[in-house]
Amino acid sequence: MREMIKMVVVLTVLSAFSGGLLAGLRSSTAAQIENQKLQFVKGPAIKEILEGASNDPIADRFKIKDGKTEISFFVGKFDGKASTVAFESFGKGFGGDIGLMVGVNLADDAIIGVGVTTHSETPGLGARAKEDAKFTSQFKGLSMAVPIKVTTDGGKVNALSGATITSRAVCAAASDAGKTYQQLKPQIAEKLKEFNK
Amino acid sequence: MAKTFTQEFVKGLWEEIPPFRLVLGLCPTLGVTTTMKNGIGMGLATTFVLVCSNILIAALRNLIPPKVRIACFIIIIATFVIVVELLMQAYTYPLFLALGVFIPLIVVNCIVLGRAEAFASKNNIVLSIADGLGIGVGFTLALGALGALREIVGTGTFMGASVFGPSYEPFSFVITAPGAFVCLGLMLCIMNLLGSK
Repeated sequence: MREMIKMVVVLTVLSAFSGGLLAGLRSSTAAQIENQKLQFVKGPAIKEILEGASNDPIADRFKIKDGKTEISFFVGKFDGKASTVAFESFGKGFGGDIGLMVGVNLADDAIIGVGVTTHSETPGLGARAKEDAKFTSQFKGLSMAVPIKVTTDGGKVNALSGATITSRAVCAAASDAGKTYQQLKPQIAEKLKEFNK
Repeated sequence: MAKTFTQEFVKGLWEEIPPFRLVLGLCPTLGVTTTMKNGIGMGLATTFVLVCSNILIAALRNLIPPKVRIACFIIIIATFVIVVELLMQAYTYPLFLALGVFIPLIVVNCIVLGRAEAFASKNNIVLSIADGLGIGVGFTLALGALGALREIVGTGTFMGASVFGPSYEPFSFVITAPGAFVCLGLMLCIMNLLGSK
């Protein structure tokens, strides 16, 4: 009996200590990890979408609360005017969530470019959504006001061959971004004024 | 029996160098050594876990009930692995992306558990540190050497810089998983030849 109590106590104390340590470390590194992710995961997509911007979109960012979640918007300045933003949206892919960075021009509500950030799609099939520039370039110029669909669903986007689910997920992410954009547009415009000063 | 700090340290470098002499920890050895940088990164991460877990296990060796010792070891090892994972995400994100799933897999690396069971649970803290450091550095050297070999032959680069010039046709078989086995076999062969003299 004594031995059993000792076992339980040792394991409990050890687990509790480990949990406490990790929780502490997690919260203290959270900000730094977010920065690194911005730089290495979202960074390349943002830079591609907002190519030619005169500012650093990763430094010039702001957050807006949408319900419970907070969305980061990255500002791109063209010709000295901050009129475009890029933000991330998600769609359910074949192997989990697909993150899509969507750039929008506030002047005409049109997409200026999209880029896949995170995904767990099959290499060679769905993973091409990230690599194949032909696929993502189809989103350029599409309106944020209407849902975006693949051609088989009556939309304008040609799906990647062999990766319909992934293509649909990317479209769903873009459509979702459209909804968020419509909802938050007044707030986005308000925030952008600060960058135009 | 009373061995010194140096003896315990040195044995990990040649006599008991993990992938070649103990033939332990082959999964990361084969998986991540596509470049020298990845190999060394993985080796250092494992060394950190090894030294920390050895210290803690040696310190607690009289407190841990024998019947649940493996569970206790795993909690301790897993804690340090997550510490490494968080720190890598926070400070060396590209390396974290390159090593991917192999970082969390250090938990089940038989070198770490093996040293805990075979050494740290029977020896004092100082000797356990020496053992952890020795085995860890040996593992790092082995991974670095294998990584360098595969990188030079397979992609014609060393630490990212070109070695043979643009006319070199990379022998990409060496970068694949079967190629890893062949390289490991060749290195084992050389080690045995040297050792048998």
